[in-house]
Amino acid sequence: MLRMALALVLSLIVAIPALAQESDRTSTGGAQTLEDIMARQSGQNVDSTFRSGNTGDDARAKDMREQLGTLGGVSDPELWRAVRYGSADTRVSNQSEAADVLMQDGGMWWLTFRDGPVRIYGGWLLLGTIGALLLFFLLRGKIGIDEPMTGRTVTRFKAIERFGHWLLAGSFVLLGFTGLFVLFGRSFIAPYLGKSFNSNLLIWSKFVHNNVAWAFILGLVMVFVMWVVHNIPNKTDITWLRQFGGIIGKAHPPAKKFNAGQKMIFWSVILFGTSIAVSGVSLLFPFELPLFAKTFAMLNWTGLPELLGFGVLPETMSPQEEMQFAQLWHAIMAFVLTAIVLAHIYIGSVGMEGAYDAMGSGEVDEAWAHQHHSIWLDEVLEDEKSAAKAKSGSATPAE
Amino acid sequence: MQAMLAGFAAIVIIAIGANLVLDQIGFSSQDRYSGADVRLDTMK
Repeated sequence: MLRMALALVLSLIVAIPALAQESDRTSTGGAQTLEDIMARQSGQNVDSTFRSGNTGDDARAKDMREQLGTLGGVSDPELWRAVRYGSADTRVSNQSEAADVLMQDGGMWWLTFRDGPVRIYGGWLLLGTIGALLLFFLLRGKIGIDEPMTGRTVTRFKAIERFGHWLLAGSFVLLGFTGLFVLFGRSFIAPYLGKSFNSNLLIWSKFVHNNVAWAFILGLVMVFVMWVVHNIPNKTDITWLRQFGGIIGKAHPPAKKFNAGQKMIFWSVILFGTSIAVSGVSLLFPFELPLFAKTFAMLNWTGLPELLGFGVLPETMSPQEEMQFAQLWHAIMAFVLTAIVLAHIYIGSVGMEGAYDAMGSGEVDEAWAHQHHSIWLDEVLEDEKSAAKAKSGSATPAE
Repeated sequence: MQAMLAGFAAIVIIAIGANLVLDQIGFSSQDRYSGADVRLDTMK
């Protein structure tokens, strides 16, 4: 009995959406029914081809020269339906593909997603990361230098390396804050500081975001060129990871110029940063650099989206939809990279004694270098020794 | 410290330069939607 009841409930659950999609529209003469409207309002996927294709037919109209002739076979509702579904023959003086689109209902999906999941999950990701770092600091405290300071220093980063780092870091911070203002300003700044303040702030944020972006791209290229050689994974990384880099526990695993943790930060910055830069440039030059229809076509070809349950991704989209996908991708990637960079800022400042000096003055104490980058220190000292030997050798007067 | 300040100064210089160039080449959304025939655009 229980099994039958369960079967009945299950069959009803399966049948209700099916009923909603296959509704009989004879009562409305083929127009949408109350079931269609209710299904759409409850977020179900309604097949709208019965409307999108219903845009009139001039061939069926009586010729205007005939008695009771008409000016065409397209009524006003049919004309507007064609405008809404993008099949109307629209011509504008601007003659661009984007300006031809008079109605773009994909915009509602984008707005809902941007104002909903992107802001909620993105916001909590950043707050959660800050909370986790605070908790870690309370539990672990500042990672100190075990050995006494030697007073002798070695050059960790040259001036050009530090310049590239701060060019990237400074622009990232500016882009991060202005991006957050643009995304959250209307909800979290305007209600408290007023719409006028928010409006001025966002005008400036847009100015900063659009123009500082180039400094970020230059910094990204500099950092990649200068450090890629030192960030290729090798065997020492396995040891470092096995000992959690000495962040948890008391061990100090050997490392070259960059340890496995720094390599992860480097590749995250390069990959996510490039992705953010490319989508950002696409947004900076509206409708000129569409990325997503082509990317989706390639992904569909692999069959992965269907395998993962996303169905077939759209391969044709309006120029505006391209921009909407670029904006969402830009924001999601930026949230992820910001969370990673927060951890980097923590360990480079309050989290570890002596870490800031490496990027501040560029000089680090040998005790610090020995604890965190022992293999690199040995290499540097060896180089210094051979350089000094060569110098003293060349200074010896010829006999 | 000097390298850091130089980096920050470079950000300001690049941003001002980028703004001058971007303004010249007219790639704003407004420009993409508008045209010389649009009389409503009083900014030009």
